[in-house]
Amino acid sequence: MKIGVITYPGTLDDRDAQRAIRLAGAEPVALWHADENLKKVDAVVLPGGFSYGDYLRCGAIAAKAPATKEVIRLAGQGLPVLGICNGFQILVESHLLPGGLIRNENQHFVCRDQKLKVENNQTAWTSLFEKDEEILIPLKNGEGGYIATDETLKMLEGENRIAFRYVETNPNGSMNDIAGLTNERGNVVGLMPHPEHAVEPGFGPDTSIAMKSGIDGLKFFQSVLQQVVNA
Amino acid sequence: MPKIIVEIMPKQDLLDPQGKAVANAMHRAGNKEITAVRIGKRIELHFDREITEKDLAEAKEQASAFLSNDVIEDVVSVTKAD
Repeated sequence: MKIGVITYPGTLDDRDAQRAIRLAGAEPVALWHADENLKKVDAVVLPGGFSYGDYLRCGAIAAKAPATKEVIRLAGQGLPVLGICNGFQILVESHLLPGGLIRNENQHFVCRDQKLKVENNQTAWTSLFEKDEEILIPLKNGEGGYIATDETLKMLEGENRIAFRYVETNPNGSMNDIAGLTNERGNVVGLMPHPEHAVEPGFGPDTSIAMKSGIDGLKFFQSVLQQVVNA
Repeated sequence: MPKIIVEIMPKQDLLDPQGKAVANAMHRAGNKEITAVRIGKRIELHFDREITEKDLAEAKEQASAFLSNDVIEDVVSVTKAD
């Protein structure tokens, strides 16, 4: 099973995403923003960073890249797509997910281990979680405040499209504590926190069991692996 | 040089942190009468020929589809200038 990771100019977490994919048991395939085909991968990750220097708006220019055009086309056919942080911003700017992301409410860049609740475990990237399971993964962003119109929020709540919600602390002022979303079909998921930074004991967030032992992020990649193998 | 000027502003009901910081500094400098400062974007599209109605129509389309995001911003104007 091959999972593509797209690198845009300014992407930072592509290598981490590749490592997470390898640890989950799949083969990472490096893709470049100018690629016009996605090398027949079975799923795609849009990693975090500052694509195109966050020029114009975070994710706006990446949304127009040749590789992203192909992501949009194949997502329509059911290709699993995960957008992390800047990748989530790219999915929103590509209109694969609704709404927008603005500067954090407190104006600061926030970096912390963040507790999330899995609201929807029926997606390609969350199927190995229990519904309402609480997980802990790192969060690090400056523009992570999720906003949408009342109408869109009502639709997202009504159709179970909120994949993750912040628990205990809302770090960036996101409406309805939204940390991540899914599309209607469940193949496209985007979230601000970083599952790829919580995949290997010794390098993840601190837990009640041991320092740096948190590996809750691994299940994102294992979920999609299972989904593709079973498909 | 013929150009099309696109002006974009953050939506009224959104906090504009840049504007707020500038307003505070202006108040400190004694400009107490200013009630608010809001900061938007001016984008110039340059041409080396005369601008047609089609160019303007395409610029308007790009202004709402790409240059701005209607969840957080409003396109104030798209105009021709020399």
